[in-house]
Amino acid sequence: MSSTNTESGSDSCHDGGTTNHHAHEAPHHGQADNAGLQELIIEGAGCASCVGKIESALKAVPGVESAEMNFAQRTVSVTGNAQADSLVSAVEKAGYNAKLAAAESEDDALAEKEQADWAYYKRLMREMTIALSLGVPLMIYSVVGGEMTVSTTGERLAWLVVGLLTLGVMVISGKHFFVGAWQSFKNHSANMDTLIALGTGTAWVYSMVVVFVPHVVPEMARHVYFEASAMIIGLIDLGLALELKARGRTSEAIKRLIGLQAKTARVIRDDKELDIAIEQVLMDDVVRVRPGEKIPVDGEVVEGHSAIDESMLTGEPMPVEKAIGDTVAAGTINKSGSILFKATRVGKDTALAQIINMVKRAQNSKPPIGRLADVISAYFVPVVMIIAVTSALAWLNFGPDPAVAFAMVSATTVLIIACPCALGLATPMSVMVGVGKAAEAGVLIRNGEALQTASKISAMILDKTGTITLGAPKVTDILVAGEQDEDAILKLAATLESGSEHPLALAIVESAQEKGIETGKVSNFNAIAGHGVQAEVDGKTLLFGNEKLMSERNIELGDFVEKAQVLAAEAKTPMYFAVDNLLSAIIAVADPIKEDSIVAIKRLQHNGIRVVMLTGDNRATAKAVAEKAGIKEFFAEVLPEDKSKKVQELQMEGEVVGMTGDGINDAPALAIANVGFAIGTGTDVAIESADITLMRGSLHGLADAIAVSKATLHNIKQNLFGAFIYNVAGVPFAAGVLYPFFGLLLSPVIAGAAMAFSSLTVVTNANRLRLFKAQEH
Amino acid sequence: MLIINIVGVILIALIVWWFWLYKPKEAELGENDLVITVENGTYSPSRIKVPAGEPVELKFIRKDESPCSETLLIPELQISDTLPLNKLKSIQLPALKTGEYAFHCQMQMYRGQLTVY
Repeated sequence: MSSTNTESGSDSCHDGGTTNHHAHEAPHHGQADNAGLQELIIEGAGCASCVGKIESALKAVPGVESAEMNFAQRTVSVTGNAQADSLVSAVEKAGYNAKLAAAESEDDALAEKEQADWAYYKRLMREMTIALSLGVPLMIYSVVGGEMTVSTTGERLAWLVVGLLTLGVMVISGKHFFVGAWQSFKNHSANMDTLIALGTGTAWVYSMVVVFVPHVVPEMARHVYFEASAMIIGLIDLGLALELKARGRTSEAIKRLIGLQAKTARVIRDDKELDIAIEQVLMDDVVRVRPGEKIPVDGEVVEGHSAIDESMLTGEPMPVEKAIGDTVAAGTINKSGSILFKATRVGKDTALAQIINMVKRAQNSKPPIGRLADVISAYFVPVVMIIAVTSALAWLNFGPDPAVAFAMVSATTVLIIACPCALGLATPMSVMVGVGKAAEAGVLIRNGEALQTASKISAMILDKTGTITLGAPKVTDILVAGEQDEDAILKLAATLESGSEHPLALAIVESAQEKGIETGKVSNFNAIAGHGVQAEVDGKTLLFGNEKLMSERNIELGDFVEKAQVLAAEAKTPMYFAVDNLLSAIIAVADPIKEDSIVAIKRLQHNGIRVVMLTGDNRATAKAVAEKAGIKEFFAEVLPEDKSKKVQELQMEGEVVGMTGDGINDAPALAIANVGFAIGTGTDVAIESADITLMRGSLHGLADAIAVSKATLHNIKQNLFGAFIYNVAGVPFAAGVLYPFFGLLLSPVIAGAAMAFSSLTVVTNANRLRLFKAQEH
Repeated sequence: MLIINIVGVILIALIVWWFWLYKPKEAELGENDLVITVENGTYSPSRIKVPAGEPVELKFIRKDESPCSETLLIPELQISDTLPLNKLKSIQLPALKTGEYAFHCQMQMYRGQLTVY
């Protein structure tokens, strides 16, 4: 037994204590969260007797309390506080290979899958070659007019040899069809294998009957169809092999994402820099990344500064400056300086790993449009079998001589031409490519349903702050009442707002900081949702908020109302500041519109989408921003809890509503919208909170998402249409409905070719989506 | 000819009964030791009884090389996952209400059913 061989684990033995470490859905906690328990994957343990050896090797490591091996899964659970590397080296000393369980990386899994696919491809090609090297000569012989009937003893003997050769082909090249057919038959289910096995089997059995007991068949019908059996098996094997190749291309996007992952990381432990496998990086490890290297895990910069290229995750082409305290994400590239950062998320918890996981899940989910095809697929095979029997009966009853031969040919052809695969593949293949394509553009689509609905969006609600605008407002004007000191007012206002997390509050605090004004102490802070805030500072009652708040408290505003209107018309947000119920100033804050928002909104409008802006700001500010952004409709002064009502209002008007917000404040509105878009800046996005997540801040992501969805849905429709038409037209044609009119009856070999290439066509058409490009911007 | 027609009709009846009407036996999800083998175009066992109201774990091992068998979908639970070749894979199910839940591959050629009781 070699200690380096990877045990395939193909034995089905299993025991009771299996763990769930490979489960994607299971909440995965790396060893870092769970200091007491570590899991190792063991390679090279081929026999049960290895278990004791490995366990005792691990127990000998200082700090290990227990070590239990699960032989079926080739994993060991180790408790205690021993270092992971010492566990690995203990197992290696015992003659086996080990890695931490998290080491079952996407990369490894992908490599393994590709290897398995390649092996399967080679096997199919080999089987195809064997089948066609018998099928093609026979086929040529029959086409050039060779004698395919059986009348003399010599012919019987010759065909017997060919029949046995065909049997050999069926066993060598077509065994998987027959075994699969039998297994599913036993399970009371039927699939593609059933049809192929029945079709080729019928042709072969009929031909053998002709060879062995010709007299039971009318003389005219003493024809053999060995070439059909061999050709069909060869062609379908070829189709499967080509389909496998084409399928590989459909997952290119996910491969690219997985490829972003670094393989090793340089961590600093005990003042030494170590190069370790990325799976062994623990939380709180300090990692060094030099210029040109990939960031291996998520973390927070603790030393140095650099520009980081995050385009692979966000689609944002400009590198982002990072300094101490900023977060960095796995898979992005360090461009300029050397940095040290502390790992905050490792393994399956990194943003990249979560993105990969989400894209994978979305790629496998189905939009509602595919459901009809699913229902049909579920009944398809038995229905085809019934049609085959009915067709054979029709030929026997009403067909011309030799009716038996016609009946057999039509039944075989019906069984072979019907292709449930094309129908079944139509939707998933397009979704796979479409979702992947979107991910490449920084658009994460949660599932097939979101994809389909996004293609139908007729109205798009955009939250103003942080969506259309940068979401980083700045103080632009301070208009004081009477003879008050501007800085003193700013100090009070900043003190009051230091307790708030509202973006406008942040602007005021920042403005005070810029002027070197220190904030004081605040008490009895109270946020009045949608209106403003109230608190006490130095014994004074401070009130800061909109006109509504002031009028509710009966505060005289005088000519400041007009001043506020002027500010609002300039797209600024004026807020009233009152001290002890007396108006003291207006502080205006403005949030600049993102550079590309205007163009992106135009793109949406060009696509016939009604764009509506939503904001908590007053009407005048809202109007000014909307005008600047080129939006005709807006809802102003909307309280946070009323955002979802606005979504419903548009839905009542019959619109399919998309809602775009930052995913945190707007969660209820995002949830109620037909499609909720969460807009993120950088990689720290809440990808669980919306139907579609835009990883970069630009609104172009919206137009891209809608364009990709439309293209994908179009592709699915083409596929479904093609598959439906193929089956609806193919099956009756195979049964011979054209024979009474034109004397046409399809050959089973042609049916085999059509079947093999129908599913290939679907996959190839889905692959065309890879060429999709969102409109240039 | 009459006999042939009768045989044909019986054959159709058998197809209907065998594939649609017959309810095969269900395997019970026991003490964590049930493994669903994906091989030769089928899940085996394909009908599994699962207790209601508690999270359970389904274990799969895929021995079928066909790429069709790779994806496992349980649409009603919004579960979609990839089954690696020749490796045990656990799928966590949340606590379920009584009823029937289908699981299948992407193309529905491999099909199974969970009966939650």
